[in-house]
Amino acid sequence: MKRPNQLFRNLSAKIAAIPMIVTGLFVFVGGTVWTVVYSFTKSGLLPRLKWVGLDQYERLWSTKRWLVSIENLAIYGISMLVLVFVIGFILATLIDQKVRFENAFRTIILYPFALSFVVTGLVWQWILNPEFGIQSIVRDLGWKSFTFDPLYTPEIAIYGVLIAGLWQGSGLVMVLMLAGLRGIDQDIWKAARVDGIPAWKTYLFIVIPMMRPVFITTLVLVVSGIVKLYDLIVAQTGGGPGIATEVPAKYVYDMMFAASNLGQGFAASTMMLVTVALIVIPWAMLEFGGKKNG
Amino acid sequence: MNYAVEIKDLDLYFGNVKVLQQLNLDIYKGEFLVLLGSSGCGKSTLLNCIAGLLEVTDGQIFIGGNNVTWAQPSERGIGMVFQSYALYPQMTVEGNLSFGLRNARMPRDEISKRVSRAAGILQIEPLLKRKPAALSGGQRQRVAIGRALVRDVDVFLFDEPLSNLDAKLRADLRVEIKKLHEQLDNTMIYVTHDQIEAMTLADRIAIMKEGKIMQLASPNEIYNRPRNLYVADFIGSPSMNFLHGEIKDGNFLLDGITIPLKGYEFAADSSQGGKAILGLRPEHILTGDNLASATVRTTVTVELVEPMGSDTLIYSTLAGTFIHVRMDGQARVSPGDKVEIGFQPERASLFDPETEDRL
Ligand SMILES: Nc1ncnc2c1ncn2[C@@H]1O[C@H](COP(=O)(O)OP(=O)(O)OP(=O)(O)O)[C@@H](O)[C@H]1O
Ligand SMILES: [Mg+2]
Repeated sequence: MKRPNQLFRNLSAKIAAIPMIVTGLFVFVGGTVWTVVYSFTKSGLLPRLKWVGLDQYERLWSTKRWLVSIENLAIYGISMLVLVFVIGFILATLIDQKVRFENAFRTIILYPFALSFVVTGLVWQWILNPEFGIQSIVRDLGWKSFTFDPLYTPEIAIYGVLIAGLWQGSGLVMVLMLAGLRGIDQDIWKAARVDGIPAWKTYLFIVIPMMRPVFITTLVLVVSGIVKLYDLIVAQTGGGPGIATEVPAKYVYDMMFAASNLGQGFAASTMMLVTVALIVIPWAMLEFGGKKNG
Repeated sequence: MNYAVEIKDLDLYFGNVKVLQQLNLDIYKGEFLVLLGSSGCGKSTLLNCIAGLLEVTDGQIFIGGNNVTWAQPSERGIGMVFQSYALYPQMTVEGNLSFGLRNARMPRDEISKRVSRAAGILQIEPLLKRKPAALSGGQRQRVAIGRALVRDVDVFLFDEPLSNLDAKLRADLRVEIKKLHEQLDNTMIYVTHDQIEAMTLADRIAIMKEGKIMQLASPNEIYNRPRNLYVADFIGSPSMNFLHGEIKDGNFLLDGITIPLKGYEFAADSSQGGKAILGLRPEHILTGDNLASATVRTTVTVELVEPMGSDTLIYSTLAGTFIHVRMDGQARVSPGDKVEIGFQPERASLFDPETEDRL
């Protein structure tokens, strides 16, 4: 008997997958290459193959708005990443203590995730509005000098967006972490108690390392949410006050569709792609390439 | 102080499910006690109470003479081994053994002394640098035992430590646990639902049913003089034959057969008359060459034969009851044959059909 050709195994499944593969290649790879190529052109309202070299990039990096966008994304991204994991994990450990009404709590905390960013943005725009949000409620209670209006103070406006982002994202992280915690054998906990390991150490040195796959999944979801941050900004602040809460994705969109400056948009999105690639590729090589000695 | 562990009037309820009720159990120093019972009877629950992993509802637990009812598991002087091994997967074997000690801020040289001693006893020295994922089930369970060993405690608790292993490995590790007990001479409390493990390992077996201890005695006593019908039925494979009849004038009357009960030791306060159940183990029904020592004989028809190599089981009907009889492995019988069987009343057990207690 000859070994059947590997190419023809599951042939029907492979044929069925072809349209999707073609679409994927065409849209992702094709679109990416196209964008990068046109970022070196003078495209305005319409794409035109008129080469200008690195001009678009020079303009990009001397634009104040782009620099602010990068800074905002860094602040939002790092704070979001740290806080959403801490909050999500703490909520998950609290719920994991076999509390009563666990399902109710889980639903309540996960609920914001079911809302679109647009709704979240509007809700938090109201809550943080000094006229009728938290500030006015606290003032009505008697603290007349209380001031809390992050969305109207350029220096801290991005943190107002961060609060909304955390409110929306913590539930998802919590549910994922809870699933991870539930996957840990109860005997591990018992063994650690017999060994006299305090609960926080058990989490830190035993349980969290065991939850590594869950953490990676969550990390991918959270980071992709951060990079494409756009609709929350549009709904909550519109990038304001001034340009205080601008972010890269919004810069790209505005350049391409509002300012009729496709070349700038392409250059900005290429920069975003390069940044993501710089982070993802070394990590992926470490994660999947180093398996042999793992 | 003679006892390593004393359990006094222990109650444990999960909500309103009463898993353990008024349980009393004293375990001698250096004893190997096996808790045996069917699934869900509360063996693990009892063990977790002793370990301090469950808060008792009522009652007291003493370990080494100290009242530890409300002490933390790590302060009770116990080590525990779980069915699922429960090793810390991200740490090496050495890390697993030493993590608890390092956490207790024990000096380094003392830690390494204890780890190498445990590794030596369990023969896991070559594995110290490996992670649990790179070990076989038997090796993992050794490491888990090692983790209890380095704690240098007087009482070891095992919760079905061999249930996840294949039959061969289980037999090997069983022997090793027995050797370990002889070597260390500390107290071991061992939960299992495997009769063979219980019979081979135990100094005493506690048979549990629905949170109560049915009988606490040596394996020999439990096998030969079960205190009630449940224990008699639970221990032994294939299980004991139960024949319903009547006791009259020192004889057991069974559908026309009279079995004199001369030589049977009645329990002190039992009535020696009226309805009764005669319990006979398959190997205590005599056949072939052994028939000579039987006082009463009868003939039955073979219905089914199960050759098992070392011996042969035959199934038949006696006085309307299905019975199994263990014969010599070399016996040549086939269904339909007539076989002569004999009884030894002094090795039988008699039970009261009402209370199910031994007579
Ligand atoms: N957390 C719990 N909440 C409610 N009931 C429980 C809980 N844990 C155990 N039980 C009940 O307590 C009883 C005894 O359980 P336990 O685990 O002690 O049984 P076991 O004898 O160890 O059985 P097995 O041989 O299957 O391990 C069971 O009926 C079980 O349903
Ligand atoms: Mg159990």
